[in-house]
This record gives sequence, structure tokens and C-alpha cells, in this order.
Amino acid sequence: MRVQIMTALLSRMRHAVALCGFLTMFAVALPTAAQQSNPNVPVDPDASAVKEQTLLHEAPRIEGRIDIPDEKASVLVQPAGREWDHFHEVILHWLGAIVILGMIVLLALAYLVMGRIRISGGRSGRKILRFSGFECFSHWLTAVSFVLLALTGLNITFGKILLLPPLGPETFSAFAQISKYVHNFVSFSFVVGLALIGALWMKDNMPRRVDLDWLKQGGGFIKSKHAPAGRFNAGEKLVFWFALGAGLAVTVSGFLLLFPFYGTNIAGMQIAQVVHAVIAVLFIAMILAHSYIGTLGMEGAFEAMGTGDVDLNWAKEHHDLWLADKLAEGRSADRPGQPPAAPAG
Amino acid sequence: MARMKFLCDADRCINCNACVTACKNENEVPWGINRRRVVTINDGKPGERSVSMACMHCTDAPCAAVCPVSCIFSTEEGVVLHSKDLCIGCGYCFYACPFGAPQYPRIGNFGSRGKMDKCTFCAGGGGAEETGSREEFEKYGANRLAQGKLPLCAEMCSTKSLLAGDGDIIAQIYKERVLKRGYGTGAWGWMTAYHETIST
Repeated sequence: MRVQIMTALLSRMRHAVALCGFLTMFAVALPTAAQQSNPNVPVDPDASAVKEQTLLHEAPRIEGRIDIPDEKASVLVQPAGREWDHFHEVILHWLGAIVILGMIVLLALAYLVMGRIRISGGRSGRKILRFSGFECFSHWLTAVSFVLLALTGLNITFGKILLLPPLGPETFSAFAQISKYVHNFVSFSFVVGLALIGALWMKDNMPRRVDLDWLKQGGGFIKSKHAPAGRFNAGEKLVFWFALGAGLAVTVSGFLLLFPFYGTNIAGMQIAQVVHAVIAVLFIAMILAHSYIGTLGMEGAFEAMGTGDVDLNWAKEHHDLWLADKLAEGRSADRPGQPPAAPAG
Repeated sequence: MARMKFLCDADRCINCNACVTACKNENEVPWGINRRRVVTINDGKPGERSVSMACMHCTDAPCAAVCPVSCIFSTEEGVVLHSKDLCIGCGYCFYACPFGAPQYPRIGNFGSRGKMDKCTFCAGGGGAEETGSREEFEKYGANRLAQGKLPLCAEMCSTKSLLAGDGDIIAQIYKERVLKRGYGTGAWGWMTAYHETIST
């Protein structure tokens, strides 16, 4: 009986000890457990969640993973689209209008103030070959392509302001569709022409000491006094190198736009379009000046590209060093039937 | 008049792509074009979120501004529509769109993309076709709005993550949700699309 009581007592004590131990453990564990499950403390499942503003702060656009196979659709947001919109609709419109109209105004002023630059010695009646048939072909291939590209390009930016109201939506859209394809395909003949021009004239367009003097004298013709020049004067060389550089820039940027997503993404295409548009506007203004001086602005200049022959006096005034070389060449290789300066028919 | 908007509650989106499928089916969207898509950010990492995105029908829609033939416009309800008869497939709307909404039937080398296609908020097209006509459906898809229904993507979203409709009402719904549950990652794309966000 005593033994039974003792056993029961011991057993109770064991229970009590176990309970105490368990309670102690529970008391230690309690605060952390309460922290995890207490419904009164709000849980934030977004604590580690990605946030739009944070992501846009880190990178210009938000990209993710997408289930559909269209990889480019994995860009979720690219706010740069709005910036490109601002460039295209505000900056480019003003830049284009100011640069192109500004150049036209400048050229009109030049014509009104200075008038046509005449051959001061008058025409000699004798002609000398300045550009070969192939050179003329290369020039006009590039020139005709350029004019078509410029007009169709300007239509994409200014057409809706200038042509859409008078033509109406249907006619204007049909016209814009055709001009888009003209722009895309004439680009190839422009590139061929530009490559030919570059190859044919690069040697004669290398900068020389005489170009500095020409520039110092303001091209000579500004002061009605002609500065010495070789086959191409410094002004022509600037036109040449500008055309080559700008041509290369519009070609590269244009081809990137012609083949969407080949080596570019949307940001790349936005940049390509900005480069293409800004360079093209400057190019158009430069070519306007080039066309003016080659036609209206200077007597005897157009023939160089029109027929390939120029008047001897014109050559003497504008390209004296080149003429001297030519005449020297002619004298040293004095063969009948190939006179360097043939009388004009 | 109501100003129609989309809102994707990223805390509810489970990337089930039902909205994508619903849109394709309802509008019989051409092969290769997805007017709606679900993008998962930080996929597989803590804090991953999925967002369903389509045309947001922006305020001062940049696509409409840059279109060289002005074939994109906003309706009185703020839905951005376009005319496929006037579209010349130049790709400018695609450069300008912050949400990658405009798409074309072809990749389009040499400018041969074809006519632009995008989400119409299930409001038919912006062309000359008669509202609810067969011709309108074939070119642009369903015109549920004319029938008094909202875009199907949002209507059938199983978690009601994607909301479509009057911008003020869906903003209110989202606000109440966030207040009740105590968290929310915000209205994705709203700042870019509508120049405003929902303060919660």
C-alpha cells in the first residue's frame, strides 16, 4: 500500500517536473511564436514585392518573363515611348522647320544681297572636262535618290500638317503608303550612289594646306576675290565629308529601322529614329545650300554636273590649281585628238 | 461620360493567362498577335509579381500623336482606336507606345509589317465599318462596349485581378481592396498611361 502511494507520488512528481520543463520551453519559445501568428500584427506580403516605381528608378524600362514565344513582348513598361513622342512631335517639328526654313531664308538673303556670282572674266568660250560621264552619273544617282528620300521622309514628319488637310485622310494615307515604300527602296540607290561618290572623289577631297587659306579668305567669293583651290575647294570638301558622314549615319540608322529587332530592341530603334531624323534634317539643309551654289548662286557652276564640262575662265577663277595641273598634264602628254582644253562647239 | 481604363492588381494576378486566351478567342486575333499578355517580373524569386498588360488607352496617347497619317484617336470614353484602312504600317506607334501594345501581322523588313493591330477595349474599330457589323468584327474584333459589356479579359479574370471600366470606379474598387487587406503594389502603368496613380 505504502509502496503504491510512493509510486503514485513519484509519478506525479515526474509529471510535474516534465510540465515545468515544458512550460519553461514554451515560455522561451512563446515570444517568437506569437510574432509569427498573432493576428493583431499586420502582415505585409508586399514586403519583398517588386514595385513599379522602384524598378523604373533602377532601369529605364521594366522587363520580365513571358509565356508566349514573342520575346519582345516581355517589356512591360517603357516610359521612354513618351519621350520619343515628345521628340518626334515637338522637338523634331521645330528643329526641322527652323533648320530647313532657316536655310531657305539664308539662301534667299544671299541671293538678294550678293546676287549671282558671275564669272568675272566673262566666258572664254573654251571648255575643259571637269567630271567624267561616270562621275556625273554617280552624282545624279545620289542626288535624285536624295531628293526622293528627303521628300518622302519629310512627309512622314510634316505630311499630316501640310498635306493631310487638303488631301483628306484616304488620299493622304494612300500617298503616304506609297512614299513609305519609295523611301525604303530608294535608300538602296542612294547608298550605291554615295559609295561611288566616296570612292571617286575621296582622294581629291583630302584636306590640304591651301584649304586653310581658302577658309581664311572666306571662300574668296564672299569678298569677290577668288582664293586659290585645287580640284575641290575647302567648301566643296566640307560638303563632301559632311555628305559622306551624314550619309553613313542615315544609312546605318535607316537600315536598323528597315529590319526591326535585328540587332536592336525598341530603345535601339528609338535612338536610331532620332539619329536618322536629326541628321536627315541637317543633311537636307546642307544639300539645299549645295544646290543653290550649284545652280542659281553661281554662274557656270551647273555645267560641271550638267554636261561635265566647265568654262576655262570659270575654272581659272574657282579652281586655279586644278586647272594648272590639268593644263600641265595636257602639255606633258601632248597628244593630238586629246586636247585638255577643247574649243566649245 | 465614363473614362475607360484598365487596372491590374498585381497582388492578385496568378499568371494563369486566361485574359490572354479570352482576348484571342473573343476577338479572333490573328496568329502571332497577342493583344494582351502577362509579364512576370522577378520570376521565381521572392517578391515575384505578374502583371497583365495590353493597350492602356492612355491619356494624350503617344501612339496617336506620332502617327504620320493620324489614324489613331481617342473616343469620348477615352478608348484609343485606329483605322486599319488608313494605317500605313510604319511602326511609329510601336516606338511611342510605353506598353508595347501596337503589333503587326508580320515582322516587317522593308516596312512590310501590314496594318497595326492592338487592343480596342473590346470596342470595335476606328474605321468606317458599322458598329457591331461583321466587317468591323473581322478587322478589329468584338464590339462588346456597344452591347453594354466590358472587355472580356477583365470580365472573366478568375481572381478579379484585372479590372476594366470607368476609371474612377475601378480606382475606388482597388483603393477599398488595399485598405481592407492592408497592402498593394499599386496600379501598374497608371502614372505612365494616365499621368496619375491611385493613392492608397
